[in-house]
Amino acid sequence: MSVDKNLLEVENLKVRFPTRTGVIEAVRGVSFSLGRERLGIVGESGSGKSQTGRAIMGLTDPRAEVTADRLEFDGIDLRSLPARERRALRGKRVAMILQDPKYSLDPVISIGRQIVETLRTHEKVSRAEARERALDMLAAVQIRDPKRVFDLYPHEVSGGMGQRAMIAMMLVAGPELLIADEPTSALDVTVQLDVLAILDRLVADRGMGLIFISHDLRLVSSFCDRVVVMYAGKVVEQLPASELANAQHPYTQGLLDCMPKIGADRHPLPVLARKAEWAA
Amino acid sequence: MTAALVADRVEVVFDQFRALKGVSVAVQPGESFGLVGESGSGKSTLLRAIAGLAPVASGSITVNGKPLGRRRDKAFYRQVQMVFQDPYGSLHPRQTVDRLLQEPLAIHGIGDSEVRIRRALEEVGLGSGFRFRYSHQLSGGQRQRVAIARALILEPSILLLDEPTSALDASVQAEVLNLLEQVRRDRKLTYLMVSHDLAVINHMCERLMVMQNGVAVEQLAAADLVSHNVAQDYTKRLLKASEGFVRAG
Repeated sequence: MSVDKNLLEVENLKVRFPTRTGVIEAVRGVSFSLGRERLGIVGESGSGKSQTGRAIMGLTDPRAEVTADRLEFDGIDLRSLPARERRALRGKRVAMILQDPKYSLDPVISIGRQIVETLRTHEKVSRAEARERALDMLAAVQIRDPKRVFDLYPHEVSGGMGQRAMIAMMLVAGPELLIADEPTSALDVTVQLDVLAILDRLVADRGMGLIFISHDLRLVSSFCDRVVVMYAGKVVEQLPASELANAQHPYTQGLLDCMPKIGADRHPLPVLARKAEWAA
Repeated sequence: MTAALVADRVEVVFDQFRALKGVSVAVQPGESFGLVGESGSGKSTLLRAIAGLAPVASGSITVNGKPLGRRRDKAFYRQVQMVFQDPYGSLHPRQTVDRLLQEPLAIHGIGDSEVRIRRALEEVGLGSGFRFRYSHQLSGGQRQRVAIARALILEPSILLLDEPTSALDASVQAEVLNLLEQVRRDRKLTYLMVSHDLAVINHMCERLMVMQNGVAVEQLAAADLVSHNVAQDYTKRLLKASEGFVRAG
């Protein structure tokens, strides 16, 4: 792969859900590219941010219709890729972290075995070596006693620990692109920062590309290099995270403005006056 | 002046687990008091213990000068009402908004429901067009408005708010917080509000208590948060976390 080539190219991505009452357009022509950087996708519920992530991952509901002018990962056209090859890619080169470890880890398989399963699906490694690498990975996400946690079931660990286990599982096969869909929203604030710090270090050390999907504009801007703001299935603004204070679009400004801040005495809080033309 | 709400060394025990280990708090009439802490800190349990939804093992709770017994009577619920976190779970899925608002009036034998329901919906910024809808036909913010209307329809003096906006989008949160401030001003209500978000508590409350593992860590005025005048390490950590992610090195 040449240095200047982007890891991911998305052009005019659309996701539509045919329903009894008509077609719902969840994503309506999203375009962006991603290098080995941290990109944040921000928006409120229903903005299409998660569906964008899922479409890249190839996890869109089969009833939905996904189209794009371009959807390439490392030069591979994802639109025409056979399901079998897509599966090989998923988990190995592109991985996804979901919001709540309570629901996204298998409740009847121990944490260690879930990590080993990922590894052995994608690489020919012996049982012993897989175990060794899973333990290393658990240590890398700063789990203090990997041997003990390896044999625990998801219900036996806390939310923060579960999310670390999920990060371990997703990174064990060494992906180049990681999509994190609200990875810390289900966690307590102090735990949130620990998990983000771990994610940040691993992404930097391994030179991965990261798509960080979140509703929290402030958090995303403190964590990512670049931010894509979505509204009603469209990208309304793309900007460097450091430039967030100078956001141009009224939606981005309104979203930033309506959050209570410690020390800002504003009563009542400014509310977001939605305009029909934003969705146009 | 007697306090509106006093909890004195309240303990809540579930089987062997002590969820609240002797927590005391006093809220003055017309005050808005915040409870902050992470999951498992006991902040919601304290609220539920006051509302009679969690078993109080020892300690006492006093509302408007009157000590509460083991069971809450009807008169208590005319004074104290609660708004829950999840607007998707707290409204009956097979009742219309009208029926939902009818229920507390019927329980307490209050007449002129027609007028009261119309007024309650107006007060929370929902037109009468919402009156015969089911909760699944409403957005999260609209549902939370219905939940607030249901709490207000009995004209209580104290509202217990359990994370009323944490399930909502930021822009909707702003609207609901503004609504809560508005009705508090109009009706001179007393709030006891739980949130994990320091900024929300700082915005809504004059005083607050930080909780961790079932004990009160410290009590502060909202201004102390602004000036970072906090004594406990745990509170400092929460404050730091509320400022967002800072890259190491």
